[in-house]
This record gives sequence, C-alpha cells and structure tokens, in this order.
Amino acid sequence: MAAPIVILLAVMLIYPVGQLLLLSIRGESGFTLAEYQRLFASSVYVEVLLITLKVSLYTTFFAVLTGYPIAYRLSTLSGARKQRLLFWLLLSFWTSFLVRTFAWVVLLGRNGVINRTLLDLGLIDAPLSLLYSFPAVLLGMVHALMPLAVLTMLSVMENIDRRLPSAASTLGARPGTVFWRVYFPLSLPGVAAGALMVFVTSIGFFITPTLLGGRHDTMITQLIIDQVMQALNWGFAGAISVLLLAVVLVVFFVYDRLVGLSTMAGGAGDVKTGKRRGGWSRALGETVLSALGRATDLLLRAMPRHKGEQGDGRVLRAIVVLLVVFLAAPALLMIPMSFDSASGLAWPPKGFSLQWYQQIWDSPLWMQAVTRSMLVGIGAGLLSMLIGTPAAFLLVRGGMRGKSAMLAFVLAPIVVPRMILAVGVFYFFAKIGLVGSSVGLTLAHTVVAVPYVVITMMAVLRNYDTRLDLAAYSLGARPWATLRRVTFPILGAGLLSSFLFAFATSFDELTIALFTSGGLSTTLPKQFWDEITMQISPVIAAVSTCLFLFIAALIWVAERLRRRSLAT
Amino acid sequence: MTVANLQVSGLSKRYGDFVALAPTDLDVAQGEFLTLLGPSGSGKTTLLSLIAGLSQPDAGAIRINGTDVTYGAPYERDIGMVFQNYALFPHMTVAENIAFPLQMRRTDAQAARKMVMNALEMVHLPHVAERYPRELSGGQQQRIALARCMVYRPSIILMDEPLGALDKKLRDHMQLEIKRIHRELGTTIVYVTHDQEEAMTMSDRICLMNAGEIAQLGTPDDLYFRPSSVFVADFLGESNLLDATVLERAGDQVRVAMPGVEGAQGASAMVYDPMVEPGRAVKLLLRPQNLHIHDGAVGGDGAHRDGVATISAKLTDIMVTGGMTKLYLQSSVMGGAVGEGGGVGKSLVASFPTHRRGKRFEIGQTLGLAWRADDAVAIAG
Repeated sequence: MAAPIVILLAVMLIYPVGQLLLLSIRGESGFTLAEYQRLFASSVYVEVLLITLKVSLYTTFFAVLTGYPIAYRLSTLSGARKQRLLFWLLLSFWTSFLVRTFAWVVLLGRNGVINRTLLDLGLIDAPLSLLYSFPAVLLGMVHALMPLAVLTMLSVMENIDRRLPSAASTLGARPGTVFWRVYFPLSLPGVAAGALMVFVTSIGFFITPTLLGGRHDTMITQLIIDQVMQALNWGFAGAISVLLLAVVLVVFFVYDRLVGLSTMAGGAGDVKTGKRRGGWSRALGETVLSALGRATDLLLRAMPRHKGEQGDGRVLRAIVVLLVVFLAAPALLMIPMSFDSASGLAWPPKGFSLQWYQQIWDSPLWMQAVTRSMLVGIGAGLLSMLIGTPAAFLLVRGGMRGKSAMLAFVLAPIVVPRMILAVGVFYFFAKIGLVGSSVGLTLAHTVVAVPYVVITMMAVLRNYDTRLDLAAYSLGARPWATLRRVTFPILGAGLLSSFLFAFATSFDELTIALFTSGGLSTTLPKQFWDEITMQISPVIAAVSTCLFLFIAALIWVAERLRRRSLAT
Repeated sequence: MTVANLQVSGLSKRYGDFVALAPTDLDVAQGEFLTLLGPSGSGKTTLLSLIAGLSQPDAGAIRINGTDVTYGAPYERDIGMVFQNYALFPHMTVAENIAFPLQMRRTDAQAARKMVMNALEMVHLPHVAERYPRELSGGQQQRIALARCMVYRPSIILMDEPLGALDKKLRDHMQLEIKRIHRELGTTIVYVTHDQEEAMTMSDRICLMNAGEIAQLGTPDDLYFRPSSVFVADFLGESNLLDATVLERAGDQVRVAMPGVEGAQGASAMVYDPMVEPGRAVKLLLRPQNLHIHDGAVGGDGAHRDGVATISAKLTDIMVTGGMTKLYLQSSVMGGAVGEGGGVGKSLVASFPTHRRGKRFEIGQTLGLAWRADDAVAIAG
C-alpha cells in the first residue's frame, strides 16, 4: 500500500533534489564549495537573499494581519452564510497566481484601471508609476497569499470552544477583553501556523516579483531560473537551491521548537506538548493583553450601542466584506476587459467583442496548450488518486509505527520549494530524455498533487465510521466485497473531490512546466507566462477569464462533493 | 417585604413561527434553589439564556435585585454561570481561571489570591491551583467551574445541566456537593435539568415547563403529591393513571366511579384542581409505592371498605431494581382484558422495598391491589 507512493517520491522528489544538491558541491576534481563561495562573495547575490527575506517577512505580516478578521468571521458563521464566504475565499485560493498577478499588472499599469480612474476623476494630472516597485510586489504577494493564511488560521479557530466567550461575558468581561484575553491567545497557534505557511511559500515565489517588481526587487528563485535557463550553470543553481531549502528547514525547525508542528493540524500547540512558558513571560503577556482589552472596551463604549447587537459586529462585517472584495475584484476585472473591442488593454473597455476569445480558439498554440494541460491534468489526477488513496488508508487505518514520519514524507512536496523540485526534475529529465514529454510532466505533477489527495482522503477516512465495515463483516461480507460495496460508494464523493483538487493543482502548475515543456508542447500556464512576459494583450484577459471560470466551476463542484462526503 | 432576587414578567421569545418561550412570569426569592425542569424543547434553556443575557427576549422584563436588566449585556448583570461543558479557559491555569472574574472587577491582586484559595477550599480542590483544566477529570473541572462562578459572590448563579456529562455515581455525589455549597453560601441558584430525580433532590422549588410554558411551579412535594395536570403527574416519578368519572365533590375530597371498583359509592380520592366537578372525566393518580398487594383476588371485585379501594389484576412482570421491587400488572381497569395474551394499554406498576424474606410472586398470578383514598389524586385529564 505504501510502496507506490514511496517509489514515486523517491524517484521523482528525493533523487532529483538530491542530484541537484550534489551538483552544488561537485567540482572538476571532487568536492568543492566553490559555488557557495561565489554565492556569498558577491554582494549582488547576498542582496537578493536579503530582499527575498524582506519581502517574505513583510508579506507574512500583512497577509496574517488582513487574513485574521476573515478567518475570525468565518469561524463564527455557520450554514449558508459561511458557505458563501468560504466560496469566495476558496475561489481566490484556487485562482492561479498567474491570473491574479496579471490582474495586478493591468490594475497598476500606466494605462491601468487605477491610473485611468484617478485621471478621469481629475485627482491626478499624469499617470502614477505604480508598477515595478517594492509596494507593487508586496501588494501582489499579500493578495496572492492571504487566502492561504486565512485557511490555515481557520482550522485552529474552528476548534476554539464557542462557549468560552459567553462564559467570559457572564464572568464580567466586556467584548474587548473577551477577545484579547480569551479568544486571541487561543488563536495564536493558528496565527503561527498561518505565518509559517505564508513565509515558506513566499520565499519560493517568482511569478509576482517577475511581473510586478523592478530590478531591485529580484527574489532568490528568479536567480535560480536565470542560472538554469540563461547561464546553464547547474552547480550554481544547485547552491542557491540548497540555500533556499536550508532556510525553509531552519524555519520549520525553529517553528517546531517554539510552537510545535502539531498546531498545523489544528492542535493546541505547546499546550498539548506540555511546554510551560516561563512565569515572567506569561505575566507580561497577560498585562499586555489586559491593557489591549481595556483599551478596546473604552473604544467600543464610545461607539453608539445598538439594542441586541454589539457594536463590533458591524465593523467586523464591513472590514471582512472590503477584504473579500479586495481578494476577488482583480480577477473579476479581467472579465469585462476580455470583451473589449479596442485592440489594446485599456480601461475602461470600449464596446463588446468576442474577438479575443475567437483568437484563442483560432490559435493552434493556445488550443494545443489547453489540450495538453487537460491531458496532463487528467493523467496526474488519476495517478495521484491511485497512489495517494492507498497511502491515506495506510496512514489512517494501518497501525504502523512512525506514522508522523510517513506523513512528513508524503507532505514533503508541499514543503520543498516548488522551484527546487522543478529544477531537479528538469536536470533528471534532461539526462533521461523526458524533457518536453507529457509523460514526464504528468509524473512531475503527480508528485505535487499527491499530498492534496492524501490530505483530503485522510480527512474523509477519519470521518468514515469504520463500524460500517464491521457491520458488513458481521453480515458475512469479505474484505474485498466490503470495500467494493460499502466503503468505496460512501467514499465516492471524497474520491471525486480529491481528483478534482489534484486536477486543478496540475492544470494551474507553472514552475515545473516552465522547465520541462516548451515550444509546441507547452501547457496553458506556460503559454500564458510566455505571452505575459513578451506582450500584454486582451487575449491574456480572455484566457484569464476562461481559466478563472473553469477553476471556479471545478472548485465549486469539488467543495460540494467534499462536504457531502464528510457529512455521511 | 423583601424584593425577590429575580423577577421575570411576561418574558417571551420566538424563533420565526416557533414559540420557544410563551409569556412567562417567575419570581425567585433570595437564597432559593429553583430548578427549571422539563423535556427538550420545553423552553427551560431559553429562559435561562434570557436571564443570563446570552440572548435577547422579544417582550417582557427581567429584574435582578430590582434593577431592570432585560436588554443588558451578561457582564452587567451580576450573575455567575456554569455551562454544561464547564467552559474553563484552556490557556489559563485553574487559579487564573478562578481569578478572572475578580480581575474583571478590579480586585486587588493580594485579596484576589486569598479569595481564589478560599474558593478552591470550598470545592475541596486546593491542590490543583497551578494545573491546567485539561489535566483534571470531568468531576474536578465541574467543581472548578463552580468555584469560578462563586468566588465573586454574584447575586444569582445559573447552572445549565452542569452534571449532564458525568456518570451516575459522580452525579449523585456532585448533587450533594452543590447542595452543600448552596447552604454555605446562601446564593440564589437557578438550575436547569431534564432529570426529574435531580430536580426533586436538590430544589427548594421546581418550575416544570412544557412546550414553552410553565406547567406547574411549586415545591417538590407540591408537584409530586399534588400535581395539577396529567403532564406533571406523568413527568415526575412513576405514576399509574386510571380513568374515572366524578360522582361527587366536597372540598378537597371526591368520589369517582371507575371500572373495576363496583358499588354506587365508587372510590374516594383527594383533589386539588378547582376544575374538577361532578360528571367530569378525570385521571386517578396512584404512585406505585401506594399500591399495596393482597394475595389472590379479593372477594368481590372492588370491595370498598375503611377508605381502602381494591381491584384485581394479573401479574405480567417482576423487576428488581436494587432497593425497590416493581410488579407490572394488567387489569381491566386499564382497558386490557385480564387473561388475554398481548396486553393492551399500559400496565399498572406497584412497587415496594426489596426484602430478602419477602413474599414471592409468580408471573400469571392474580393479585389484589389496594390503596388508601388519601393516596389517590384526581386530576382533570
């Protein structure tokens, strides 16, 4: 049961990445650290590293800060309202980084939406130069990673006992104090987990800094791309990759020390592992939180009271609505622009025309990219299902030792920066002639998609009442028959939804496709990337809209199925 | 006249078309232990939640110590509340949990520390001050929750089925503990439960609710011996309810005609319901422990002498539940024909303390059941 996944990850993850790391220390005559010396010798490279860290830290801070109110609101809602808000959030989460970053390019450009609107309103005389700057990169990255922060924090917040704020209220605590002294401390493990996920993801980013950043906003992964594509310097690329991987591992290690990795799954962090924080730090924390609580209460008391509803409810709702609009608007703006009848990307769009969609339809390049993406997506989806589901069974039901080690192994593709995997696989494929082949790409995408399948199926399996199997056995069914007639039909919805998640992951994937596909055998994201970096036209807006709507439909169906499978 | 601690007048709450609480009046005296009792959906939790300020009423008023708090927030009401799953703050130690309400009231840290220790001693858990709630057992957590809402001496303590999650032995023990604390503190307690034994054990008064309304409000004695409706009679303790028709009424005594009891005089019973008049169909309430057994059928069904009525019935089942032995019988009085298989309608239940050397009965035996007139209550049914 575990064999397929172990083989897959060993061959497609461990070996390529290992190769890459070896390349970084291999020289003309045996082992050498020349590449690392080169890395740290030049101030250019060190500066890139520092910029990467700076961007990532700022992004983490803002993504967590803006994500917190959304996660908080979601955890307090239930039923239809929750599903609606969750839908918009998931839509943003699953919308390709490409589409969203491109939307910002359009929004912030000299003839973009913001500039044109400000000009038309007469607020400025000449277009502002908003693009290709640090704030632009930060904006794009926060926008891209906020949903990730929200979803991570949400899983912890949902585990906070709903009665606790009520209890605090009956004990005499006003709303501000309730939040700061009861709710906030309990949500901190979620905040930490969210910060971790955002930080680790953002240091591996290249799409946003490339499209929105200037020369001084280069991040480390762009460096790797350059070294591989332009300079063909594998050794150096390997050295940079090692550095990137080392940073990620150090961050995880520090996180585990301070907070505990169990918080990632919604656990209670150091509370569970029995770590006691020192006396004075607790007292300090309590003083700070009490002060915050009192300050907030004073503020709230200054606001007019409404009978039956506390003041902060309304403010929170307004903030959350604004944030969700911020998340969804850029991608939605692509839709009207894709129907522009003028020939360039301008705002506001004039007329209505389907010419850009026609262009996509007529272009062999685009159409074959779509076809290829579909094929690879279906292939990767099926393969990751076949490999991931048995692994999930093993992790949930198999009484094996070292379960957490196995889980860490299976989830490694999420942790290892995609760029390192992409370069390693490229090198591996180059040696065995799989570059540009759909088979190779499918295999690589399977590696990336398998963790999502395992996570989804594990959740579904945990929810599955194994007593149903026992009931079937007691009625005379053998294990295989039980699986066929009882287990799988019930898990069916979960299986389908994890297929869709895997498919979406593959369909949207750019990093690996960047290296391993090209020319007439590209995927849709790769084609999109090539077009953006060469010229900006409304065709891209049309492709964006199609991608957006397609993924939206896919995720809507997948979510419904996932919820159905958890409800049984 | 002292102002009642808690005054509820005309309080009501609905959710759409569903009436969770019909307009209700209730006064709770200072230091009283009042239980809100009833099945699910009876409105007792709604009422408690309104008193606590955790939800808002549609109409009516709530006064605590004379102050109107109808729409006030929980933290303005001088109450304490124990929740069903205790709601102890997991990120704070036991001592910090108990100190929390004192901090809300700006109590001096030194004094607070003393009050926390006193509270812990009152619940017999002085040694767990520095532990976290997750390190305590269910019963201990419950006592800490109690300590937390006692430490600042609120006017009223509300308890929402606090013993629901505990096993029977622990529950029985905790009932005594809560009673003891109530005696020592003298605080007013409003207690919600669906367990009628618990209510009977602990309360000064019981407010029995059904479908959003108060069915009866009175002492456990009142509700048990003088129920005002069939619902109350049936809910509290076990009961036998026999069909009868009123022949005559004189004050709190009545004579009824009932199947199985012959003679123009019928059977005598007590009555407390003003609605009961001659000609009215009623239910005769007989508690199982008041049905006494005679061996064999009594000569002439329904012989009625010296204030003791008798009927005959057939024994269908015997259950020994520890200290009590229960006999299940069928009689024509209950609508089922004696001797027919597959009994129709409810059985009669007679109970008595289990004795090693007691009489032995056999299933299928015909027995005579007798009761004293003043043990029977006629209820308009």
